[in-house]
Amino acid sequence: MQLINDKKNGKPVGRALATATCALLGVQATTAMAKDQPGEWDVETALLVYSETDDRVQAAEPVISATRNFDGDKKLNLKLVADTLTGASPSGATPSDLVQTFTRPSGIGNYTVEAGEAPLDDSFKDTRVAVSGSWTAPLNRDYTYSVGAYGSREYDYISTAVNGSLTRYLNNKNTTLTGGLSLGMDLIDPVGGAPIGLSRMALRANNTEAQFDQEFAATRESDDTKTLVDALFGVTQVINRRTLMQFNYGVSYSSGYLTDPYKILSVIDEAAGANYGGNLIGADGNPIYLYEERPDTRMKHSLYWQTKYMLENGDVMDGSYRFMVDDWGITSHTIDLKYRWRLSNSYLEPHFRYYMQSEADFYKRYLTESEYNGGVPTVSEASADYRLGELTGMTFGAKWGYRLDEDRELAIRAEYMIQSNDGDEGFGKLTNHDLYPDTNAMWLQLSYNF
Amino acid sequence: MSFSNWFTRRRLRQAATLLTISATLAAAGCSNLGVKPWERDLLAEPDMQLTVSGVDAGLDDHIYFSKEASSGGRGFGGGGCGCN
Repeated sequence: MQLINDKKNGKPVGRALATATCALLGVQATTAMAKDQPGEWDVETALLVYSETDDRVQAAEPVISATRNFDGDKKLNLKLVADTLTGASPSGATPSDLVQTFTRPSGIGNYTVEAGEAPLDDSFKDTRVAVSGSWTAPLNRDYTYSVGAYGSREYDYISTAVNGSLTRYLNNKNTTLTGGLSLGMDLIDPVGGAPIGLSRMALRANNTEAQFDQEFAATRESDDTKTLVDALFGVTQVINRRTLMQFNYGVSYSSGYLTDPYKILSVIDEAAGANYGGNLIGADGNPIYLYEERPDTRMKHSLYWQTKYMLENGDVMDGSYRFMVDDWGITSHTIDLKYRWRLSNSYLEPHFRYYMQSEADFYKRYLTESEYNGGVPTVSEASADYRLGELTGMTFGAKWGYRLDEDRELAIRAEYMIQSNDGDEGFGKLTNHDLYPDTNAMWLQLSYNF
Repeated sequence: MSFSNWFTRRRLRQAATLLTISATLAAAGCSNLGVKPWERDLLAEPDMQLTVSGVDAGLDDHIYFSKEASSGGRGFGGGGCGCN
């Protein structure tokens, strides 16, 4: 839904005119990138390094995106992204006074979490490769269409999607209406097979290997699929010579396997006594952990509003707000602000993002003994995934870019994110532990465009 | 119907009403807005495009998609990763 640059042909004259206009208006004439030239490729390359504190997820992600421009405003875009992830991720279990030993998702081996520590599953390791392509071309003076395809593959997940959109220009191209549809199909093949939702995690302690194998196999089902349908309707409006506004409504429906196969919940003892608020211990002498289970459909609605405004001095303000609501009971608000401070051949762009969400109806930090109900849970869905809980996130960042010439730009970007959770603090022994540790992440990106 | 169901439906209705009102206002107001073709110099600058860098936006969307329960808005929400 980009504004189409009307001045693709005869660019030098256009640029000279723009520079002259800028000079007349006292605006700093920055070196504009010479994009969209027919017969040429515009290439964006980047390397992102992402790191969470406390030995959690670390990732490296190279990207290359190339756009070939053809006569008559036709464009082909091809994009390749790879990422390598390592590190640990919160399993969903609560910290405990006990040393906790969990079975790895594959069933091969265990991992141990010290007393009082946040349970992190350190089996997390993956490489993802994603390719996408899109073709955009005008149908006639008033309409442009775009079609695209996407495919990604990681060890336990394959994702595919096709999409299409139609854009209609009105009022001398001051108003742009866009409608788009995306259809996706994902195949999930979790390590060790997908666990049966709300089944008990098999543990090796107090069991023979044969007993363990039998118990583990009983909690498994085969791979699964997920389908996604996304529709998006947008209006982009030129307000005046310096202001551009966009308003989108998106609806997204997903169905199939929406559970995270690697997330679990702790069952907490409610009986008055020494273990009140501690892990519930089963008849086999082991603590009880259940695999999470989410609903098998989800409908999301989002409203998005963005405004760009160029100040008299040539700096650009970019603000957006997104409201999202879904039928899992989650409501979220996102505010994103950027200010591009333009210097002669470079720019500095500070960035701030604020995010808050309410918790899903089935979000539970833990299950109680009565909800566990001796192995016949009274709840049909439950997840302790902090990403479905009440969450507030703030990101502070900045980007500095240097335009080497009309075609080449070098940029560096750094972002720092702080996420904090809130919710039920538990009872008894649970109250001694931090059930909602913060997540802090930073990422650094180097980009080179030519 | 449970309270939470009712509440979600009510919120969805509110969102739909807001959307209808906004779309009507936008449609009514838009015909008076805008610029002449020769006044597009600033809007045509790369820095004034709604998404200046598709690569930056894609990388950030992927990070937030895997750390939050929301996605999309600017474009399709999509799937494409086992991280959520």
